[in-house]
Amino acid sequence: MILHRLKTEDDVIAEIKAISGEDVRACYQCGKCTAGCPLASAMDLMPNQIIRLLQLGEHEQVLKSRTIWQCASCLTCAARCPKEVDPARVMEALRTILMRQGVVHVEIPSVPSQVLAEAPQQALIGGFRKFVGY
Amino acid sequence: MRIPYFPGCTLHSKARNFDASARAAALALDIVMEELPEWTCCGAAFPMAADSAMGLVAPTRILASAKEAGKLLTLCSFCYNTLKRTNRVLTTDAERRRKVTTFIEEEYEGTVRTVHLLEVLRDEVGFEALAKRVTKRLDGLKLAPYYGCLLLRPADEMEFDDPERPSILENFLESLGCQVVDFPHKTECCGSFVAVSSPETAAACSARILETATKCGAEMLVVSCPLCQYNLDRAQRAVPVGRTRARQVPVVYFTQLLALALGCDEACLHFDVHAVDPRPRLSAWLDRKSGATVTA
Repeated sequence: MILHRLKTEDDVIAEIKAISGEDVRACYQCGKCTAGCPLASAMDLMPNQIIRLLQLGEHEQVLKSRTIWQCASCLTCAARCPKEVDPARVMEALRTILMRQGVVHVEIPSVPSQVLAEAPQQALIGGFRKFVGY
Repeated sequence: MRIPYFPGCTLHSKARNFDASARAAALALDIVMEELPEWTCCGAAFPMAADSAMGLVAPTRILASAKEAGKLLTLCSFCYNTLKRTNRVLTTDAERRRKVTTFIEEEYEGTVRTVHLLEVLRDEVGFEALAKRVTKRLDGLKLAPYYGCLLLRPADEMEFDDPERPSILENFLESLGCQVVDFPHKTECCGSFVAVSSPETAAACSARILETATKCGAEMLVVSCPLCQYNLDRAQRAVPVGRTRARQVPVVYFTQLLALALGCDEACLHFDVHAVDPRPRLSAWLDRKSGATVTA
């Protein structure tokens, strides 16, 4: 278990701040974001753990987690955060960092044909924005 | 009253039941929804990366095309959220506004107010006045209002209703005579666009909402977003065997109920496109109400 910060460079925290405007250092780990997250059961790291790992400089672990791709941007976490951190924006920043490196989470041909045929356009457009990039 | 209307990418096809019922109901209330002459998709998901302006181009162009009226009507929660949040960026971030308006070669100062049909009904028609216009009251129909995420959050930008305990849908339904069913998951996420990447995860989110709503006695769920409608409606096919309580709950748009209550031509309801057909539930309610066999 890591209890204190081992890495000293702040590049990723700064990048997250530049992309999202969010300062993860404001978080005091109350866990309300995780408590209210409707997608938490599908995540490997809980939203508050993502924030904590970022505070500790462990961004590699965070960028590898499936959590950032499970977030539905429903903003329940942001609505309840007492420190005005918006974890959903942080998730978006993390996805953005990866997608700008060329990472594609959802290959469009792999989307089930039934979903492509039946899902409302807004789901496809919104989903491709979140999982494929611009 | 005439009001410029932005349907968005889904309302002319997958959610034509939403579009057609809204237009018919609005007309019955002397509101003409005038579709913008030219429009594109707004981008659906509001781009939260604050260091980019590209995602703001489409919604800015849409907002700018309504600047003469100063007001733009939407129905879809995604459009409402994206247009409103984009406008907030344009009014608070001069640099990004300059960048985007230069790119689209159009002047726009962020003067358009995006309004949802529920707000028009509350603020301009008035729920009390609306109750007087109702010709077929939906007395005793037990409905669970479901808000989802994007109408309400982020609350300081949406300024729509209380993000944890909203009441606009309840007040609307009461004005039609419905019996409102309170249930704990009305502002919980349906799974949203995760339906594209992991349909089973989204279905699990939706199943939880359906289950609590039915446990609380709802005969139908009422929504205002085509993606909530899709997730909640279609999830009922994927709900694991054994969770039968969550099965067969029709998910309808608030505009379909409005059109019904105002006595609009039923052709505008398009109940045939629903995965769970609301008509049997409506006939059962009518039977209960009148004691006679009537087809909804």
